[in-house]
Amino acid sequence: MKRRKERIDRGIKARSQDIFALSSWREMLYLAGPRLLPVLICLLLPLILGVYWQKVLMSVAVFAILAISWDILAQSGMISLGQALFFGTGAYCSGIMNHYWGLSPLLTLPIAAICGGLISTLLLLPVLRLRGVYFSMVTLIIPLMLVRVIEATKVFGGTEGLSGMDPLPSTAFEVYLIVILLLAVLFGFRRLMDSDYGLVLKGISDNDRSVINAGINIYWFKAQALFIAASIAAFAGAFMTHVYMFVGMPVFALDYSILPIAAAVVGGPGTLAGSVVGAFILVPLSEVLRGIGGLRIVFYGVFLVVCIVALPEGIFHYIQRKYHQIERWVEVEK
Amino acid sequence: MLTGTIIYAIINSAILALTAIGFNLTFGISGVANFAYGAFYVMAAYGVWMLIHMAHLPYPLAVLISIGFTTLSGALMYRFVIVRIKGQTLSEVIATFGIGLSVLELFRYFGFVGFEYTLPVFHDKSFIIAGAYVDAQRLFILAFAVALIIALWLFTHYTHLGLAFRGIAQDERTALTFGMDPDRIASLAVSFGAGLAAIAATVIVPLGSISPEEGYDVLIKALAVCIIGGLGSSGGVIIASVVVGFAERFTDSYIGSHWTMIVSLAALLVVLVIKPSGIFGKQKELEERI
Repeated sequence: MKRRKERIDRGIKARSQDIFALSSWREMLYLAGPRLLPVLICLLLPLILGVYWQKVLMSVAVFAILAISWDILAQSGMISLGQALFFGTGAYCSGIMNHYWGLSPLLTLPIAAICGGLISTLLLLPVLRLRGVYFSMVTLIIPLMLVRVIEATKVFGGTEGLSGMDPLPSTAFEVYLIVILLLAVLFGFRRLMDSDYGLVLKGISDNDRSVINAGINIYWFKAQALFIAASIAAFAGAFMTHVYMFVGMPVFALDYSILPIAAAVVGGPGTLAGSVVGAFILVPLSEVLRGIGGLRIVFYGVFLVVCIVALPEGIFHYIQRKYHQIERWVEVEK
Repeated sequence: MLTGTIIYAIINSAILALTAIGFNLTFGISGVANFAYGAFYVMAAYGVWMLIHMAHLPYPLAVLISIGFTTLSGALMYRFVIVRIKGQTLSEVIATFGIGLSVLELFRYFGFVGFEYTLPVFHDKSFIIAGAYVDAQRLFILAFAVALIIALWLFTHYTHLGLAFRGIAQDERTALTFGMDPDRIASLAVSFGAGLAAIAATVIVPLGSISPEEGYDVLIKALAVCIIGGLGSSGGVIIASVVVGFAERFTDSYIGSHWTMIVSLAALLVVLVIKPSGIFGKQKELEERI
């Protein structure tokens, strides 16, 4: 009996990288496996992890959401260097609503997501016409400036921040809330970016002038993309406010801008899934490295550089390619 | 009060120009936004300190060795990291930022924090100019900044290498047909930028002390000055450092030190919204907004 090797995507890819013709359960599994596996991992992980690693999982999910938000903006042609702006406005919105008006966290979370998204979009509306690096610079500066303004004018608790927020009902609730939201955002917005609507957004990033030529109002689409991305990041911020039961100037820190970008770039930009892969690598890595103290950030920096130089396309694109190239043994037909 | 503020504002402008000029040179010629710039600045300062206090070298020799070493490490960074990702702006920024982060945090890890980490002043005398105390080091910085800018101008206008730098900056492909190697020029530009950061560090650090935080501050200041002036324009850097330098000193004396940073950031925002390529940048209307 003779055998030969065959790629597992043989006969499945019909026309292009991602148009498939499926004719059996095995072939469906070929596509469903890589999508179901992370869902199962995300849902089962909280059950087996201890309290400390549950907290780590929460911050993984938060950074993954921030990275997805960055990726949506990047795919629409807006490279943001200030995810902290969205995160911070969301955090302060829910903090203010809970601290001054005593609203319950279950109400403040969705309201803060919408309000934070609206405020960030309104702040950036005047610079929506700016392109490329100039837009990025503005997003980098606004959070830095908001911190100083809060420090100088002492609004919302000034340097002390607001503390004593109501916590969410339980830790399990917190973990599942953020993990399920992460999965919803990941798969939901992957669908959205594949739809005609997403096509317009991607068109804006590829060549905005020809999209204008097609009679489409790109500013309206850009504002919508900005609102979507800002809202999900603001939700992450509002969530963290209730987890830490504190909101203050650190929510505008550079970490919340840089880590999501690093996660998206290391994981592979342009897929949303890459951002999640990146966050699942970078955040736990930084926790593991916590044991070696100050050297942590040194290793972290070196890891970033190595990843970018060695795998410029991103880990997700690499894994995806390698997955399709896996071979299996089949019998040679007579 | 007013004359004192003006004198210190002029000196502040000179300091800003010195810190920004290396970043601007690298960006203007090679298009690489070197986010490890602050790390080179701090590395050079610690280098001089270590050579003086650990190797017991005389001060001038220590300065020369440290500047040489920083210049070399700039070239190495280009050769081993930047050249592989050149042209992908985001990757360049993250890679150079990662390098800068590692270097700065390494210094912090080895405990180089404290007031004893400072460099000797060239001359510890102070003068009274128009009723304000000014020490010799600050006057020296002013003179040095002017001299360095003139020297750089002469270098880029009258030497072969300087002309090659400008040629590559203007049009890389045409420069290529004249036999200039863009990779070599770009690596020289990155290492010259690092060298200028080192020179700025040895002149400015005697006013205070060295700390890893200084690296981040220097990077943000250099970025602010370069954006306001127009990335890659040398005339713009000078004008912008005067604008920012005066704005900072005057808010510091008349409004309060809390507002210093806000004023320079607000200036930055206004410039970005009104004329994104900076005061002296080449206007490229369709590239900057649509």
